[in-house]
Amino acid sequence: MTASMLKPSLPGATAAHDSFTNLLRAEWTKFRTVRGWGIAVVIATLLTILLGVWTGAKSHNECPTGPCHWVLPTGPGGEAVTDTFYFVHRPLTRGGSITAEVTSLSGVIETDLTPQGPASTEPAVVPWSKAGLIITASGRPGSAYAAVMVTGSHGAAMQWNYTGDAAGLPGRVSAASPRWLRLVRAGDVITGYDSADGARWAKIGTVTLPGLASTVQAGLFVTSPPGSVTTSSGITGGSGSGDPTDATAVFTRVSLRSGRPGAAWTGTTVSGGGNSPFEAGSEHGYRRADGSLIVTGTGDIAPDVTDGTPIDGSLAGMFIGLIAMVVIGALFVTAEYRRGLIRVTLAASPRRGRVLAAKAIVLGAVTFAAGLAGAAGAILIGTPLLRANGNTIYPVTMLTEVRVIAGTAALVAVAAIFALGLGVILRHGAAAVTVVITAIIVPYLLAAAFPVLPAGAADWLLRVTPAAGFAIKQTIPQYPQVAASYTPSQGYFPLEPWAGFAVLCGYAAVALALAAYLLNRRDA
Amino acid sequence: MRYALHAEWTKLRTLASTCWLLLAAVALTVAVSAAVAAATSCPAGHCAEDPARISLTGIYLGQAVVAVMAVMVISAEYGTGMIRLTLAAMPGRISVLAAKAAILAGLVLVTGAVAVTTSLLAGRLILPGRGIGPARGYPALSVADGPVLRAATGSVLYLALIALLSLGAAAALREAAAAIGIVLGLLYLFPVIAAMVGSPDLARHLQQIGPMTAGLAIQATTSLSSLPISPWAGLGVTAAWAAGALLLGGLVFRLRDA
Repeated sequence: MTASMLKPSLPGATAAHDSFTNLLRAEWTKFRTVRGWGIAVVIATLLTILLGVWTGAKSHNECPTGPCHWVLPTGPGGEAVTDTFYFVHRPLTRGGSITAEVTSLSGVIETDLTPQGPASTEPAVVPWSKAGLIITASGRPGSAYAAVMVTGSHGAAMQWNYTGDAAGLPGRVSAASPRWLRLVRAGDVITGYDSADGARWAKIGTVTLPGLASTVQAGLFVTSPPGSVTTSSGITGGSGSGDPTDATAVFTRVSLRSGRPGAAWTGTTVSGGGNSPFEAGSEHGYRRADGSLIVTGTGDIAPDVTDGTPIDGSLAGMFIGLIAMVVIGALFVTAEYRRGLIRVTLAASPRRGRVLAAKAIVLGAVTFAAGLAGAAGAILIGTPLLRANGNTIYPVTMLTEVRVIAGTAALVAVAAIFALGLGVILRHGAAAVTVVITAIIVPYLLAAAFPVLPAGAADWLLRVTPAAGFAIKQTIPQYPQVAASYTPSQGYFPLEPWAGFAVLCGYAAVALALAAYLLNRRDA
Repeated sequence: MRYALHAEWTKLRTLASTCWLLLAAVALTVAVSAAVAAATSCPAGHCAEDPARISLTGIYLGQAVVAVMAVMVISAEYGTGMIRLTLAAMPGRISVLAAKAAILAGLVLVTGAVAVTTSLLAGRLILPGRGIGPARGYPALSVADGPVLRAATGSVLYLALIALLSLGAAAALREAAAAIGIVLGLLYLFPVIAAMVGSPDLARHLQQIGPMTAGLAIQATTSLSSLPISPWAGLGVTAAWAAGALLLGGLVFRLRDA
């Protein structure tokens, strides 16, 4: 026996990095030569896309005159917004300010909204009824703005460009405790102040509205979103969007400095977005009484979270891909245990951790590619179909769309790797598949899809279980300044998208680490 | 047939995993049911909660364990090669499958009865403390009550039907992991997809044909009119799925070499 006879026959097999390449090639060969797995990957991907197409083709949003095709205005940040309010305004030049005292904010809610009978109203102020001062870049819905306001039950606040919100003085406004509000414009910079007495002013916030025209409209606004209140007869507006409301505010000592001389107050109904019924009966507009201006309005100036469909509306098929990839992930190793191939694998490559790493890389790459094809197909084909059927899709940035598609693919890949890890730990395909599917899908089912759990328990489940990973497909954030039902069943997850995905990755990493440990410790 | 039944009973009884899986099915069902009951609260005493349904939530998870057991009844024999011995001893393949189905159904009915009654008992003890009890005008959970009896017996039958569905899938696919993947997919995908499609009509239709969403309508005791499908009709849908799976499984089992 000579040394040359002991040389490995594979060229380059002695070099460390080459041997890992060979290991990857070996695992890839094992994967692609099992015909059933290849067929399953292709079928699952096609089903994911087909379900997206089917959802898009079958989801009609019908209005009395045909498909609805609502157009939601978009704010400066690109998000869909509601921009509906009553506006009493005058022109304002580059260096000016507007000040007013609000002495009252009242409102009514429509309590019996039936298609046939007349609706009745009763007095109520919903938490996010708003009345105050606003400077808008233009009169068009969705334009940039800055405003200071009193609200139904969130105190005074400064809000700008639909998503910005800073709190001012707490407490409700009344004749006994009025609120003074002031907006000061210096070029593009607008600063909001509030005061309890008109003498001592506190700054709430400063915002820059780039490219503000030299003369803009400034004035008083009142708006009130649909809501629900607890009354003697129970809770009204139990449904998602609530019942129509409107609000009336009394402004006194209104002064606008550095306005255009001779310009008078003009009343305008700004109406953009918000397809829910708004009018609650009373006349919208403004009138003068005893030196004060009384303004009534309805609507909201806020991001829209009720009238559209998120971009993942055609992504239901991802669950088919998820289950298929989990089965393949578990089988990728448990089939070797069942056939005894694992002994050959480990004899050929005795460093077991590297075998597991090679398996995870091959599996991850294949399932990610399949998930990417499925998610991209479902969204890129399904979304235009949804639009064609009258559904309004919330606008998202290209980056967000990429995050949803690539994130879904990554979710599928990580779930498959999680199943691979459990397959090594349990050495039993059915057990590994059951654990992974129930750990990922059952919490999602109980908390979000088929909600049987109360909100607190649902949130908890979606924080601590692998189902937290579904947060990666959430595109519409939760806004504290918009009252809506932010539950998992409405697509709002308790964790941020990447944090939720990290929880799932944590499970997969722990499973893989334990699998590597056990693979080294146990006889195959 | 008597011998076939006896043989299948011996095979199932002498497997340690059978006992563990059945215990796990009961434990998971009761634990999840009790946890959900404890997490529910109805402080205003004015909510639309269905006490029986809450107390039986654990079935959502318990059925997965039942499905694993049912799949293993046949897939384990393929995994170990035992199936060739079985078929050499009893060449009538349909009677082998029928014997397996009968033994499995009997075992799951007994296990399900234990899981369901314990879950209801847990709900009866826990729910009054969470604001859903006689003090607030909800009747105490009792199987003497017609709708609760329907929910209880229906849930037990549901578990048996899921076991038969899984057995049929395993007979058709042989490979345990693939069979359990298909079964869990059939159970869980319908509600998940129904929740994601935009149109309510489509969602309702999906819930009417899904083996789990239709079958578990049997658990409802209040607001029956808002169900996607009436209780017994829903269980009928699950039975149709089980029958279809067994038929397909029997056909493949009969026509294919072991």
